Amino acid sequence: MAKVTLEELRKLRENKKNEIHKRELEGKEIEIIVGMGTCGIAAGAKDALDAFLGQIDANGLKNVIVKQTGCMGFCNYEPTIEVRVPGMPATIYNRVNAEVARRIVAEHIIDKKLVSEYVFDKPSIDIINQK
Amino acid sequence: MQLSIADYLIDIVQNSIEAQASLILLDIVEDSAALCVCIGDNGCGMDEKKLQRVRDPFFTDGIKHSHRKVGLGIPFLVQSVEATGGTFDISSKEGEGTSLSFTMNFSSIDCPPFGDLPGAFRSLMIFDGEYELAIMHKRENKSYSVTRSELRDALGSLNDAESLKLMGDFFTSQEEELLLEA
Repeated sequence: MAKVTLEELRKLRENKKNEIHKRELEGKEIEIIVGMGTCGIAAGAKDALDAFLGQIDANGLKNVIVKQTGCMGFCNYEPTIEVRVPGMPATIYNRVNAEVARRIVAEHIIDKKLVSEYVFDKPSIDIINQK
Repeated sequence: MQLSIADYLIDIVQNSIEAQASLILLDIVEDSAALCVCIGDNGCGMDEKKLQRVRDPFFTDGIKHSHRKVGLGIPFLVQSVEATGGTFDISSKEGEGTSLSFTMNFSSIDCPPFGDLPGAFRSLMIFDGEYELAIMHKRENKSYSVTRSELRDALGSLNDAESLKLMGDFFTSQEEELLLEA
């Protein structure tokens, strides 16, 4: 890869900026939140993040925001990822490896169907007890 | 499980972000024999008592998860550093900040692989919150540095998937440049 300078980065981005600005005003973004604590990292959360970004790029999806957070408290079920698609329930997926991440993009984000077998439905006991 | 150096960096620098630092410096310097990493922040810092226990895997400040009794980030790093015959040092002052440095010897068979450094740097740039992060990577006589505000200025929103792709390309190209023979 040829060396990219900050100046070139700015130019590459310039072209798309108006588009982004418009979208931010609309507030209709799809959000992907990756748990990136010690537990998530050890379980391969970065592979999942890379797979999401690769698949979003490959499908030319334009309205996706990717965020990271620390440990979500489900260390045993890492990597855990929350997906928020407008019009669908906010969903936490567990044990998301690269393959599952690609399925989430294709099935949840594009086809608007949950990837049921990876939906996380067992919150950690120590977190429930706090309430 | 084997964590890479890139994994340790994501984990450890995140401590600075969670300590509400507004300024974080990450310096990575390598020569043919060893890696030296320095991380400094102006976050909340730790008192002497806490500082003494950060290497203990069964110690945590209990803020994130009040029922948990483990804190593994620094202990994992220290274990790996010691396996390579490297050094680990941490100093902190409550209310002022923390600085941490470690070295690893490349000749040790236990030295972890670098892993995906461009990906790690990108991840460090996109945590929530207003913090400035300056990354400097020097290898032999070549180096580059970049700050979070420079990237934000060039890319606009850092969390947009398209920005993230470009940021990944940026770090990958800079890292490749460092690896080229002079």
